[in-house]
Amino acid sequence: MTRPDNSVIGRLNNMEKFTLSLQSQPQQRHCITLCGVVSSGNLEVLVEKTQHPDSCEFEISTSALGFRDIWQAVLKDFAARHAAGGLKFSINDAGATPAVVSLRLDQAVEICSREVT
Amino acid sequence: MNRRRVSYFEASARVRVHGLVDENSFVELCPAELRKTSPHLASLDAPLAFDDGVVVGRATLAGSAILIAAQEGRFNGGSVGEVHGAKIRGLLELALLTKPVAVLLLVDSGGVRLQEANAGLIAISEIMRAVLKGQSAGIPVFALIGGSCGAFGGMGIVARLCNEIVMSEQGRLGLSGPEVIETVKGVEEFDSRDRALVWRITGGKIRRTLGEATRLVDDLIPAFRDAATRLLARYVELPPVTLDDLQQAQHRLTERTGRFAEVSDGQQIWQQIFSESAGIAGLTVSDFNRLLGDQP
Repeated sequence: MTRPDNSVIGRLNNMEKFTLSLQSQPQQRHCITLCGVVSSGNLEVLVEKTQHPDSCEFEISTSALGFRDIWQAVLKDFAARHAAGGLKFSINDAGATPAVVSLRLDQAVEICSREVT
Repeated sequence: MNRRRVSYFEASARVRVHGLVDENSFVELCPAELRKTSPHLASLDAPLAFDDGVVVGRATLAGSAILIAAQEGRFNGGSVGEVHGAKIRGLLELALLTKPVAVLLLVDSGGVRLQEANAGLIAISEIMRAVLKGQSAGIPVFALIGGSCGAFGGMGIVARLCNEIVMSEQGRLGLSGPEVIETVKGVEEFDSRDRALVWRITGGKIRRTLGEATRLVDDLIPAFRDAATRLLARYVELPPVTLDDLQQAQHRLTERTGRFAEVSDGQQIWQQIFSESAGIAGLTVSDFNRLLGDQP
């Protein structure tokens, strides 16, 4: 089955998507973790391992347009507060507030540093 | 995890699965990191979920091998899109190969995902077919209903195809949801904001009274676990469905339709059956089950 290509049906711009890489202390323990649910004012965070122990990566997809600066501030604060080096955080967001984003990231890193695989 | 007093209604799909099955026995199939997301939502540039709103996998329940699917009601109302549906269908077809003692469907869904239109409708019909195929291969399928979205639309039909339905009082089961009925037929037909009325018509107690749900349980994950475990023991061997069974079921439904033809509220059904209806909605689950003569 062929699917319509975004470029054909006209590009919709309902989602803001970007990636970011930040310095962070290496996290020795890790496992693949998913926490949170994509629903109004909420988000899900998928944590995976990377090959770069001194930095953490973020891949953000959010329905809140025009808040990239605030996202970056929240993520910088998170990378400084936690040993998140060597981890990649993929986020699907449906308009969570900065506090909720922060909380969900804390929860994700706590789960994945607790469960050793 | 604390298995003691966790509300099934409040829990996410993942928490329900982990709380329901034997500890550390769950192995997710098609997990989030594979990013099997919805191409339809992507083309609408709408938020995606890495699991497309359903968790599927294998596990053990009281030591027996089962397959389990749990819909996430908080992601787009647990709606069935193409990928979401394919995961459930795939799980049911896997049962034909791996022969688990049962497949558990933790339904929490308003039905087809409207954004996915025909693909969602086809997905639902594939799930129905897969349920029937599993059953004819001797594998029972149980529906567990106790989430905020209930089991409506196509997933209401899927639930009724299952061998047993375990519900909490908070769970709801129906075809068209109350808001859909109100939109189409007007508020005089069904006031969807009258919560008590909605539950007296679609909720766990009335569904158990009518025999559609086969077990009413407390809104606790361990209560659902206990009920599912008991069902496994009862379904060691799934007897084949005969034409006579189907005709009898049809007869019972016809009779019921006649008996309750004029009824517009669950309370009137309780009035007819128990010749007393006032206190029923307020009964605890154990008192209600005692009234029905169900084993504790």
